[in-house]
Order: sequence, then C-alpha cells, then structure tokens
Amino acid sequence: MLPRHAKLKFDETRQRWVILAPERVLAPDDIAVEILQLCDGQRGVAQIVDQLAAKYAAPRDAIGTDVIAMLQDLADKGFLTEAREKDT
Amino acid sequence: MSPTLTDATPLAADPNDGLNVLESRGSTAETFGIPLAVLAELTHRCPLQCPYCSNPVELERASGELSTEEWKKVLSELAEIGVLQIHFSGGEPTARKDLVELVRHATEVGLYTNLITSAVLLTKDKLAALADAGLCHVQISFQGSEADIADRVAGFRNAHAQKIKAAGWARELDLPLTVNAVMHRQNLHQLPDIIQMAVDLDADRLEVANVQYYGWALKNRAALMPTLEQIEETSHIVEDAQVRLKGILTIDYVVPDYYALRPKKCMGGWGRQFFNISPTGKILPCHAAETITGLDFESVRSNHSIAWIWQNSDAFNRYRGTGWMPEPCRSCEFKEVDFGGCRCQAFALTGDAGNTDPACTLSPMHEQIFKTAETEASGDVNRFIYRNFNGGTPEADAQHDA
Repeated sequence: MLPRHAKLKFDETRQRWVILAPERVLAPDDIAVEILQLCDGQRGVAQIVDQLAAKYAAPRDAIGTDVIAMLQDLADKGFLTEAREKDT
Repeated sequence: MSPTLTDATPLAADPNDGLNVLESRGSTAETFGIPLAVLAELTHRCPLQCPYCSNPVELERASGELSTEEWKKVLSELAEIGVLQIHFSGGEPTARKDLVELVRHATEVGLYTNLITSAVLLTKDKLAALADAGLCHVQISFQGSEADIADRVAGFRNAHAQKIKAAGWARELDLPLTVNAVMHRQNLHQLPDIIQMAVDLDADRLEVANVQYYGWALKNRAALMPTLEQIEETSHIVEDAQVRLKGILTIDYVVPDYYALRPKKCMGGWGRQFFNISPTGKILPCHAAETITGLDFESVRSNHSIAWIWQNSDAFNRYRGTGWMPEPCRSCEFKEVDFGGCRCQAFALTGDAGNTDPACTLSPMHEQIFKTAETEASGDVNRFIYRNFNGGTPEADAQHDA
C-alpha cells in the first residue's frame, strides 16, 4: 500500500494522476496508476498479478515480472510500504 | 525552512521507472504553469536564532501577518488554480495559534500538507491535533547530532532534546518524518552521526543541505563556510549512505555551490516552478528574493489574483526564462540547464541580480569567490551572529574563536 506520506490523486487542473510525496510530485504512467490502485493493503502481489493478467489477457509470467520490478522500484523510493495488521 | 525545498528541484524521478516527471514533458508554456508546490511562510517569529536562517534580514513583524481568514482564502485559491502541495513554514509555523485550522482547511480543499518545523514549540497533543487535521508529513530541522553544538547553533537551550522527543511523537502518531540537517563547517564532522540519528528516529527521509549564503548566512559566512576537504568527505559519506540505506532512508543532498563548477538551478529557474508567500502575503519567486533591492513584489492583499501575480507581475518576469541573460550566460549551452544560477547570490556578491551567478566557473567573479570561501573556511572566526528581529546579535561568548 502507499505510505501515509505518498498520496495518489487525480489532478483536475492537469488532467492526470499524480503521486504526492514530500517535496516531490510524480506523474506515474497509466500502468503504474493501475498497479498502485490495486495496492490497497489487502491484495497480495500474486492477486495483483492475477487480476492484471486476466484483465489484459496477458501471460502471467510477463505481467508478474513487470509488476514486481515496478513495486520494488516504488518501495526503494519510499512510495510503498507493507500493510500492517493493525491497519484495518 | 528547508534549503532543498527550493534549491533542489521539487520534481525528481528516474525517467526509466515508469514514473515520469510531470513538468519535464511540458512545453515552455506549461513550464510557466502554476507550480505544483508552494511554500507558505506563515510567520517570521521563531524561538530559534540560527545564524544561517533563510528568512530575510528585515523580518516581518507579527502585526503585519495575514489573518486566519486571509490564509484560508489563499489556500483555497491555490488549490483552485492547480497547486497540489503546501509547505507550512516560517519562521516557526507552530508559533501561529491557528495552524491546526489552516492545516484542516488545506486538507479540505485537497492540498497535500507538509509541516516544516523546528519542533521546539510542539507537544504531543499539538502534533496529534495536526495529524487529525490531515497533516501528511512532518519535517524537523536538526542543528547537529548532539546537544552541545546543536543548541549553540540554534541559540536555544534544550532545543535538541525537544526535537528528538517531537520526532518520536511524530512516529508514534504514524506521521512520516523527514530529518532536515543544515550543514556547515562547525557541524559537518557530525554528519555520520546525523545519518544514524535519522535512521534511529525512523525517519523516511533525510535532507542534508549545506548552508546557502545570502541574508543571515552571508553575515555569518566566515563562521560557517566549510573547507573543500570537508565537502569532498561529505560527498563520499552521503553517497555511501545512499547505497547502504536504500529502501530504509532516502537522502537528499544539497552541495554548497561556492565549491561547485556549475551554479545550482536555483528555484528550478526564476518564476518557472516555485513561489512562496511571505507572512504579510507577498508572492515571492524565492524566499530570499526580497534581498534584491529594486524589485516590487505584489501581495495577496492587492486586487490581483495569485495566478495573475505569478504570470504577469514584473518581479516574476524580470528574470524568467533566458531573455534577460547577459554574457557569458546568453551564449552558454547550459543556459536552460541552470538558468544562470541564483539571482539572490548574483545580487549579494556582484551587486546586480542580472549578472551570472558567481558560483559558475564561467563568471568573471568565480575565482574571487572561490578564494574568499577558501580563506574564510581556513580562518578562525567561529563566533555566530544570531538571527533576531533586531538585525542580529553576536554570540555572547567569544571563546569559540580559535
């Protein structure tokens, strides 16, 4: 899930999705937005991959590689955090 | 207040990771679109007296500050015209009794809120109230890794201990935390400990910002200027820590430009992607812009909209783009990379804000400022002039001078 300091928001003025974080505004592409919207603290990575593979009728392996690479990258940059048990 | 906020680009991303920088794909017209982030300097009042304070030497008094209703109107207007983030700063923003109300209002109109604070006036209850009001992020300034140096730099007893406590409360409240460390000759040796302190405080981010020399810091340059050796070592320490702490702590680093080859892209270019609002409501291209004499800044109290001031006011257009540039900037291949560097620094060091920033090796004055920096860095002046409403007060005890 997105940590509290990172917020995914649709920017009406510029008509696109943005991630708001301390001293940064990032403009994720459509695929990144779709993945981030699935990162709700409930779904696991496998479920996210399944859902996208089904939606795009694409091979699970290929989607999985892309999704994991993107999630790792977002996590390294501090834009993803693990969901905690107490967060309901 | 955070030097990296304005001196480093507020927009950063690796173009290869599927996250593209919003404005980098824009046309020139879009580049002058409304900034994504705005700095609101709610007040110049502050219990600390840091000798490198980024506020102007002529501080604005409490009696002139915008009222709660005026700030709320400003926040609504900012959200309406497309600003996404608001940084509440000062002075010390928690010195304003209406801060919770302002954070709540900013949240209601959809702004991402960041509090840039010295933390010495915070209590756990106050911080909890701010979190409840929707505060997204807290940035606490530290003056060192331990009380001796930190409290002396701040000119405030027990400041350091109070900051450590407040950082702990922020994490208890699940507020994300940035540790902001302003570095100079007298605390650079503590950098490894400051990095460890940020990890121990469970901060997400650390800003290591070398002092930028205008206003108060220029008055104190001889006491603050680091040596070239210190800067080289600092860069190694930061680079190592960035690798070692990947995924644990993000470290943003601002180098002192006196020792750089190219000037910094100050503010991302004058009037291109940033403005701040002073306590009395003036819209400024940079928090130090008022050091430049001969520029008139429009206020939110004027009959102009904020968007009009951004787009049309003389102060914003004077150094916008590249048309104003003299040589060596005019024919320089880097002119759209650094936009001629920092106008305030050009003014402070050459007397004309329209000159090339002397931090640039191509400036005819570069050699001279580099020598000045080297001389001052190796000198024995360590006594501070503290920032206050009376134009500054020398440190009482001169024992710090070698």
